[in-house]
Amino acid sequence: MKKGIVIAMLLMLAAGSLVWAQTMTITYWQYFYESKVKLMDELIKMFEQQNPGIKVEQVTFPYESYNQKVAASIPAGEGPDIINLFYGWLPMYVKAGYLQELPPNEFTKAYFEKNYYKFVAESVDFNGKYYAAPTAVRTLALLWNKKLFREAGLDPEKPPRTLDELAAYARKLSKYDGQGNLVQAGLAMQPTGQGHNWIREVLFRQFGNEPYSADYRKVTYADDKGIAAFRWYTDLIVKDKVGYPNFATDDVTAFRSGKAAMNIDGSFRIATLNAIKDLEWGAAELPSHNGVKSNYASYWTHAIVAGVSGKKLEASVKFLKFITSPEVQELWLKNVGELPASPALAAKYKDNPVYAPFFNGLAYAHASQFVDEAGQRTILVDAVDKVWLKKVDPAVALREAAAAEQKLIDDFWKK
Amino acid sequence: MTLKARKAFTAYAFLLIPLVFFLTVRFGPMLYMLAMSFTNWSLMRKVPAFVGFSNYLKVLNDPVFLQSLGNTARYAIFGAPLVIVVSFLIALMLDAIPRGKSIFRLIYVLPYITPVVAVSWVWRWMYQPPPIGVINGVLGALGLPAGEFLNSTTQALPSILVVNVWVELGYCTTIFLAGLQTIPREMMEAAQIDGANARQILLKITIPLLNPVILFLTVMEGIQFLRIFTQVYNMSMQAMGGPLNSTKSAALYIYQKAFMYFEMAQAAAASLILFVIIMSITLLQLRFFDKNLSY
Repeated sequence: MKKGIVIAMLLMLAAGSLVWAQTMTITYWQYFYESKVKLMDELIKMFEQQNPGIKVEQVTFPYESYNQKVAASIPAGEGPDIINLFYGWLPMYVKAGYLQELPPNEFTKAYFEKNYYKFVAESVDFNGKYYAAPTAVRTLALLWNKKLFREAGLDPEKPPRTLDELAAYARKLSKYDGQGNLVQAGLAMQPTGQGHNWIREVLFRQFGNEPYSADYRKVTYADDKGIAAFRWYTDLIVKDKVGYPNFATDDVTAFRSGKAAMNIDGSFRIATLNAIKDLEWGAAELPSHNGVKSNYASYWTHAIVAGVSGKKLEASVKFLKFITSPEVQELWLKNVGELPASPALAAKYKDNPVYAPFFNGLAYAHASQFVDEAGQRTILVDAVDKVWLKKVDPAVALREAAAAEQKLIDDFWKK
Repeated sequence: MTLKARKAFTAYAFLLIPLVFFLTVRFGPMLYMLAMSFTNWSLMRKVPAFVGFSNYLKVLNDPVFLQSLGNTARYAIFGAPLVIVVSFLIALMLDAIPRGKSIFRLIYVLPYITPVVAVSWVWRWMYQPPPIGVINGVLGALGLPAGEFLNSTTQALPSILVVNVWVELGYCTTIFLAGLQTIPREMMEAAQIDGANARQILLKITIPLLNPVILFLTVMEGIQFLRIFTQVYNMSMQAMGGPLNSTKSAALYIYQKAFMYFEMAQAAAASLILFVIIMSITLLQLRFFDKNLSY
């Protein structure tokens, strides 16, 4: 009798899977970040309820090997239908023909203007075609340690507002041992972290320079103004000695362990810092200079892989629209801590002490259009290293960097 | 079939399995790589085309590759002899002590059996500037100026090299010790009776009889240092082989070409260049050291 029940159940299961087999399955890839993966599981459940007949499978890979995995799988045709990519990788994948244009009838120019910040539309647009749409974006802010401010006799609720104040505060907050070794950095100086973005999109502009041509194909930061900006940055390391690269391992470690009093970091760090019990910290808009405000924005974005067509494409577009909808953007902020990519939601958070500075930055942020994110980062990092390790003049180091970056960009568009 | 033939047949049958494995897993990809090094294969290009020797020219004209070859040479030229000399001295002393030999041997071999990634990160932490790094903490307590170690274009390579020497010491010491124990005591005793002093015994008996061991270790350690990767990858900021490429080894350069820039064909060309270099050095070592000695 029992056997009969078991057989009956197996038969039902088999029948069930036959029904499943008729449903459409699309695959979504992202890197493993616990809160993102958990939320995506929830979102997929919601989506599948709203869209019977479509099933979404989420596949994740470790962050460290994600780009490699993507680069190896998509060309081999083993990739997903929808994929989460860092926006800085888009040019490479678009040029190689591995992504497809988002359906132009659904994702129009007006759609992007209405639903996204300007920098988003600019950086997913390749020759007038849109290739990706994000859920969330990130910006930079000045983070400061309130306890260390108090110790240095500074008002813990008043972060520096200008670059001059920032440098003065940093000098006050730096501590040295008997032999002159830095033991507490006033400001973490880490070009490998967000430092290179801060120099590239913020400092250059604040000193009156336009770092790139509008299409990011000409490097223009090595003029007198750009050099002044770069010198201001490297002087903090070599003259003021308020911090140096890799101090206390890196800027994030230094700030979270109270070894650095201030740091320039992204909104993606909020959750990490909130998790540290005895760290009293605040976030402020990036200091301005000469009345100029600027910020660097970056984001992970969803794209549809080339070759997806017919019903699968329809389902993928539906899913893409769903995960970039305002409702999901808000869930994303609550669960992951990344900022909504739609300006419509910013007003709701304008009084939130942690989020507001990051939101404010979005309004005037730039997203560098990298052709080779790692390569371009390394060039600026090396320029800073040349100045503080090899005593090269900042003007020389920056001119060399501009030439190297120009060559990289030219080579990319030439081939 | 005779018993002998049957035995041989069985042996061949068993040897065939690793041979198949070797051909498919080692030689197959190597030949594929050789072929690919003459194309412009990149993960970002759908159809590769034949480009002749242009990848080799590109790589050999890349100052970063030349620098990484120079760094690799420095790792090997300073690292391999250093580890062999030091481990030989340690083995001699261990051979001389009557008690506690196994405890000492265990201590020396510990770094070798520890995962290299863990070793690298612990050392990276110890090398940190004040107030984090232990080494600088000791220097500071002694009133000495702080060392820059990994944050210096001149000190970073020796700092990483020393870690690899430390790791390899255990292995080399163990092999040397085993070698020393195969030298017949009677030979040394006979030499002593004939009036040879300790230095003569070392130079005329111990070292010549250890020649096969020295040859083996020279080849192995030479290769070990020529393809150094994990330490550099884990001990330099963002695994870049910095600062300013001063610690980048050829293996790390190849890895970055392939898996950061996805330029598979250029990485293949660089690999073959490194392969040829390692192969020629190994052949040279074999010629130089491989003298049959018997007493």
